[in-house]
Amino acid sequence: MTITLNGESCELDDDITLVAFIESRTGTTRGSAVVVDDEVVPRGSWPDYRLRDGQRVELITAVQGG
Amino acid sequence: MAGQQQTAHDPFVIAGEEFGSRLIMGTGGAPSLDVIDAALAASGTALCTVAMRRLDPSTTGSILDVIDRRGVRVLPNTAGCRTAREAVRTAEVAREALETDWVKLEVVADERTLLPDPVELLDAAQTLVGLGFTVLPYTNDDPGLARRLQQAGCAAVMPLGSPIGTGLGIANPHNIELIVSEARGPVILDAGIGTASDAALAMELGCDGVLLASAVTRAQDPARMAAAMAAAVTAGRLARLAGRIPRRSHAQASSPIEGMAVL
Repeated sequence: MTITLNGESCELDDDITLVAFIESRTGTTRGSAVVVDDEVVPRGSWPDYRLRDGQRVELITAVQGG
Repeated sequence: MAGQQQTAHDPFVIAGEEFGSRLIMGTGGAPSLDVIDAALAASGTALCTVAMRRLDPSTTGSILDVIDRRGVRVLPNTAGCRTAREAVRTAEVAREALETDWVKLEVVADERTLLPDPVELLDAAQTLVGLGFTVLPYTNDDPGLARRLQQAGCAAVMPLGSPIGTGLGIANPHNIELIVSEARGPVILDAGIGTASDAALAMELGCDGVLLASAVTRAQDPARMAAAMAAAVTAGRLARLAGRIPRRSHAQASSPIEGMAVL
């Protein structure tokens, strides 16, 4: 399936969970969060939340900042 | 030592949480994670800020690894937000990412000055307090706005000394003193610090803490400047508690006038 990740097209395995998706990109879930189709997805939902084709995903993480 | 006794009985508390240092460090502007690591260690800070951004796949290492290893509490910010809506969304993202409901609230009016937009800032603060966040707003050095932010339920107010990254110090110390004199909670001088004497002045004016980033991270020797800032915050706090002498327009001898020998 294809999603839009941070504004760019991205191919993913079907039915991947948010936990698996985030860990595949960052190596950890510490410090990251996702917004799917303009909704902030609560951390507690990540293990059961499965991404679907066509969704827009913002993957956001902590960076150096004042 | 008297100084150590004084600081030992002078806890820095925000929203019921006690911190071992009155110096809050921003982590922006450092050329590498090694530099920020050394600066955090030298600063002795117990709380430091991060920003929230899209994942950059080319980045190696994480600021959180550095912060966690140092045992420092993390405070996400809403840097870059221009509207209340953006800031609230960013705080919600940060809450999920970092599992904290604390947020350094920044809502700036424009990129040139990075001065807070007071209307959007107050709107965001009210919304976030209503959503259960512990809100620490970066605000103008405006006593009226600081009052409104505290009335809205903010856990502290963080007036700027001068615009972010300028190093111009405390442009309006009288306003900072006014904010301190009316404060219901902690006042943290945030932004504009250029060197150690600026941080000391903030504390002498009665601020409860200082938040700075560029003054350390962009210094020629960040770790050494971090140590200087830590010493300055401690010195300024002690001077505030000690009570400075009043300013006088004429000299006043400290040696006795009586008993001068006839020579």
